[in-house]
Amino acid sequence: MIKLELQSVGIAYGRNVVVKDLTFQVMPGEMVGLIGPNGSGKSTIIKAISRVISLYSGKILLDGKDVFKIPRGDLARLLGVVPQMSILPSAFTAFEVVLMGRNPHLGLLQYEGARDMSITWRAMEMTATQSLAERRIGELSGGEIQRIVIARVLAQEPKSILLDEPTANLDIRHQVEILDLIKSLCLENNLAVVVALHDLNIASQYCDRLILINNGRVHAQGTPREVINSRNIKEVYGAEGCVYAHPVNGLPAVLLKAGSSQHAKPRDTIEGGAV
Amino acid sequence: MTLHQLKPSLMEQSVPIHFPHWRRRAYAIFGLLIAFGGVAAFATTVGSVQIPFLTTCRVLLSQLPLVDITPTWLSTTETIILEIRLPRVILSGLVGAALAIAGATYQGLFRNPLADPYLIGVAQGAALGAVIGFLLPFDWRGMGFGIIPLLAFTGALISVAIVYSLARVGKTLPVTTLILAGVALGAFWGSIVSYLIITSGEKMHGILFWLMGSFSLSEWSEVKVVLPYMVVGVAVILLYSRSLNVMQLDEEQAQQLGINVEKVKLILLAAATLITAAAVSFVGTIGFVGIIIPHAVRLIWGPDYRFLLPLSVLSGAILLILADLVARTALAPTEIPIGVITAVCGAPFFLYLLRRKKRAVFF
Repeated sequence: MIKLELQSVGIAYGRNVVVKDLTFQVMPGEMVGLIGPNGSGKSTIIKAISRVISLYSGKILLDGKDVFKIPRGDLARLLGVVPQMSILPSAFTAFEVVLMGRNPHLGLLQYEGARDMSITWRAMEMTATQSLAERRIGELSGGEIQRIVIARVLAQEPKSILLDEPTANLDIRHQVEILDLIKSLCLENNLAVVVALHDLNIASQYCDRLILINNGRVHAQGTPREVINSRNIKEVYGAEGCVYAHPVNGLPAVLLKAGSSQHAKPRDTIEGGAV
Repeated sequence: MTLHQLKPSLMEQSVPIHFPHWRRRAYAIFGLLIAFGGVAAFATTVGSVQIPFLTTCRVLLSQLPLVDITPTWLSTTETIILEIRLPRVILSGLVGAALAIAGATYQGLFRNPLADPYLIGVAQGAALGAVIGFLLPFDWRGMGFGIIPLLAFTGALISVAIVYSLARVGKTLPVTTLILAGVALGAFWGSIVSYLIITSGEKMHGILFWLMGSFSLSEWSEVKVVLPYMVVGVAVILLYSRSLNVMQLDEEQAQQLGINVEKVKLILLAAATLITAAAVSFVGTIGFVGIIIPHAVRLIWGPDYRFLLPLSVLSGAILLILADLVARTALAPTEIPIGVITAVCGAPFFLYLLRRKKRAVFF
């Protein structure tokens, strides 16, 4: 059980400040969503937490320790990452790629043993990818690859998981399956989960807390009901009046309305289309 | 999270499909090891003086510790086998292994199927160093194991140093800049070599012959020089074979899986360059081995570096021993440059493999 803490984190690419003064905490067993427009810095934050890019200010603490001071191998046993665009070697089989998740658990002279194999196999079962095990990555679809990458992170047995748009390539069934899986892992194993999401409806349904980011700063944070409201949507996305209550569980749901952007011409506007 | 805690029963769950796959690769390593022994012994038998295969084997075995075989052969036979043919066979095996594993390592390191010692300018740097050695006014053969290998080695290391510092951006070494710098530097060295050859006068023939690759000057002293570099380089590369697998993902994912990418890159680059330079400096530039062997192994046994690397070492050694055998016997007493043999035999074999497998993805 570990806690993830960002303390006034600032990130820049060269002189271009991307994220400024970002502070939030993720408790064990909590699933926190990062939402915000394209280019708002969601992916950058995920990369910084996983130590791929460095900070110019602030601190990121995992289990109370500065992630930039934890050796990479140790960090990879604590933290698993599902990147947005996974470039995988096309000739490797799906099983071989999932097995790479065991890397941080193995020493320089160690080979994967029966235990690593069965953990890998189990991770593939959980992501419904066992039937793909012997297939080459180059033969798989985007959604299948996404599930393979998630299986690899599960094989890593991390204490905290970061996901960058994990459902971007998936159909509705797989979106629900993957997020249900992540949610249940998060709850049962007390993982600290951070997930960057485009889809506000998914964010609302699955996350315990949301952090709405705009231009690299926190615009609002709190429960989905507190964050996803007409005012915030208008301020950050510039879209008008499209937040409703989900008919089943009452959580906020966002429905698009044609003609609500600044590009809309009057004749495109659909009148009287309110639900 | 431990997956085991979720469902304890999974420890008994067997992984049904992968072990046969791996077993096949393990058998392949064993099979190639035996093939290597056979080919080496056979290559020692064949030559201008015919020596029966069994006699060759007995002479070779008598050299092993704890083996007691009473000599029933002429001392000249023993000299031919042990002083002339064996060092040549061993050196060609070492060089084949070196070029193959270096090629496989560069390809993995740069995630580029075209990468080999030529792509990052190492081979051209070594060639330039050696050609300068040829053109020195004094007789280089008097100086220990020769000044040519030393200069070739220096050239290769200087090339890597230049390419590395040119390609470096901050603390990282992006692959694209590395390859661009390597190709540019290689072309630069190559043009200097061409100029030096054109203006070299009577030495032109010897230099060209060396450039195309030859084992005709092989001696034990050379084997002794190459061997330590080879052993150290190959051992280091094999040690990092799992890291090389993980680095086939992009660098970000490799870091997130606990690989210190910059460190591993530097170590592997140094090891591959060391063994390439050691090989090139003694026998000239032998093309195709570094590309053909790793890809052939990939096509047959898959891309997993834990198997690809040892299989490449063995296949490279076998290929070059056979190529050298053809080079010295086909038109005897004239020697064919070994680079010609590797290209003539290697290219069609490679095309055959490509056609047979017809797999869109093999890298």
